[in-house]
Amino acid sequence: MTQIPFALTIYYSFFSWNLLKEGSFRFSGLDNYSRLLTDESIRTAIFNTVLLTLSVIAFSVVIGLGVAMLLNSDVFGKGLMRTLMIAPFLIMPTAGALIWKDTLLNPLFGLLPYLLTPFGLSRVDWVNQFPMVTVVAVEVWRWTPFMMLIILAGLQSQNLEILEAAKVDGANAIQTFRRITLPLVRPFIELGALLGSLFVVQTFDSIFMLTYGGPGEDTTNLPFLLYLVAFQGFSIGQASAIGVVAVIITTVVATFALRTLFSIFQVEARR
Amino acid sequence: MIASRVDARRAVISKVVWSIVGWLVVFVFFFPVLWMWLESFKTEPQAASSPPTILFAPTLAEFQEVLSGDFPPFFINSAIASIGSTLLVLILGLPAAYALSIRPVKRTRDVLFFFISTRFLPFAASLVPLYLLARDLHLLDNIFALVLIYTTINLPLGVWLLRSFLLEIPNDLFEAARVDGAGFFRELTRIVVPLIAPGIAATSLICLIFSWNEFFYAVNFTSSVAATAPIFLVGFISGRGLFYAKLAAAATLASLPVLLAGWIAQKQLIRGLTMGAVK
Repeated sequence: MTQIPFALTIYYSFFSWNLLKEGSFRFSGLDNYSRLLTDESIRTAIFNTVLLTLSVIAFSVVIGLGVAMLLNSDVFGKGLMRTLMIAPFLIMPTAGALIWKDTLLNPLFGLLPYLLTPFGLSRVDWVNQFPMVTVVAVEVWRWTPFMMLIILAGLQSQNLEILEAAKVDGANAIQTFRRITLPLVRPFIELGALLGSLFVVQTFDSIFMLTYGGPGEDTTNLPFLLYLVAFQGFSIGQASAIGVVAVIITTVVATFALRTLFSIFQVEARR
Repeated sequence: MIASRVDARRAVISKVVWSIVGWLVVFVFFFPVLWMWLESFKTEPQAASSPPTILFAPTLAEFQEVLSGDFPPFFINSAIASIGSTLLVLILGLPAAYALSIRPVKRTRDVLFFFISTRFLPFAASLVPLYLLARDLHLLDNIFALVLIYTTINLPLGVWLLRSFLLEIPNDLFEAARVDGAGFFRELTRIVVPLIAPGIAATSLICLIFSWNEFFYAVNFTSSVAATAPIFLVGFISGRGLFYAKLAAAATLASLPVLLAGWIAQKQLIRGLTMGAVK
């Protein structure tokens, strides 16, 4: 059911077909692909997709690791902290994006420009002046809880005796972190990063709501370009070719993700 | 004696310091949600004031306006699409997961791999053909198209997750049931379903989250009749004038079901999100 449509996508990608023009369906060979190679927008979209995915994953893993370690240490109100922390991930992405755009970042009425007034940033129009930064920030806000949950589960499976032993042996906090904690949670970080990147590669909601791919093509990623070509331009063949490219990129990531997943299951099985 | 007292005091200080740091970070992340709630209880002038209004008499006016306006049909569509597809995933997924775990078919691993790889196929891969198919079947702007699409999106994940729970049931239980003369159906309803209730909860939760919040297909396959809650929010993009409080109220209502479900079933959330790999 999901593989057959993809086969059709590949099929359509060899045709030139405008949905609005009756009888425009004709075989065009590799035209759609050669156009992809010369088209500026597709290169921009691939670049934006990679930039967005890498930065969102990098920031959310690092912050998520920090928060997970805080929640794993001896602090007040751990349960409530965790509960509040996962809210950004559960909030409807379209709703979250609008709240950010209209009530927090709006240059006239938003809260953030007001709070930043003492720093001379009161009239910064974040969404239009720094569109990519805004999209990345909102996505990091959304994906950090995801990373935090997975890494926290990893930390909690840590053997406390090893940590005690390290302390007795005179290891300081940084040594314990680098030599014991990090190697132990590494598979969880990898899993979170890979699963997360499979979702972040497909980011559409927040771009649609925050910037609509703009200004210009500054925040147009592959899914958004496909949407524009298919449903604003109605070029079915061209859109299909973009779909194929998106699949190739995702497959590379997914292969790594699946390998990690299977290796974790094998470790579990050996126990 | 003195040394241990110093240690104890140091431990308390460190606990307090790290608690403050932790709560600050959590506050930053939770703040947009809190702000959404605050805005939703304001009047429009209060919501769009500069400096922002912090102290105000809460009003339910915007909630009333949203609920008495055109929002309910969108909400109901979302409920049909997500609950319908979740039920379908369970009905179709449970037997498949059962076959793949307890009575392994030939080449189980290959089947599993094929199954889960479809979840990783980007939406972009199937959007165009599915759109054309829905158009030819006159299913555009029909909520059942979304039910079917969400079912196919979530089914692989559902089968995979349910299987990971099924594998934990000791085989002896089934042997015993079979010795007692239990048939397949009895085995399924009396042993499998009660034992993997947490698994069913985790699967339902994940399916619910993904289908309730789904936007890409919803925006392309529906226009007015079958439009879901996220599509309602699109109307606010081009909104002019004072609309922040109404927007916040609508966003709060649209996010509520998944937020509550996720908070209640936190334990299932991790396992579901990591496809059963992390318990």
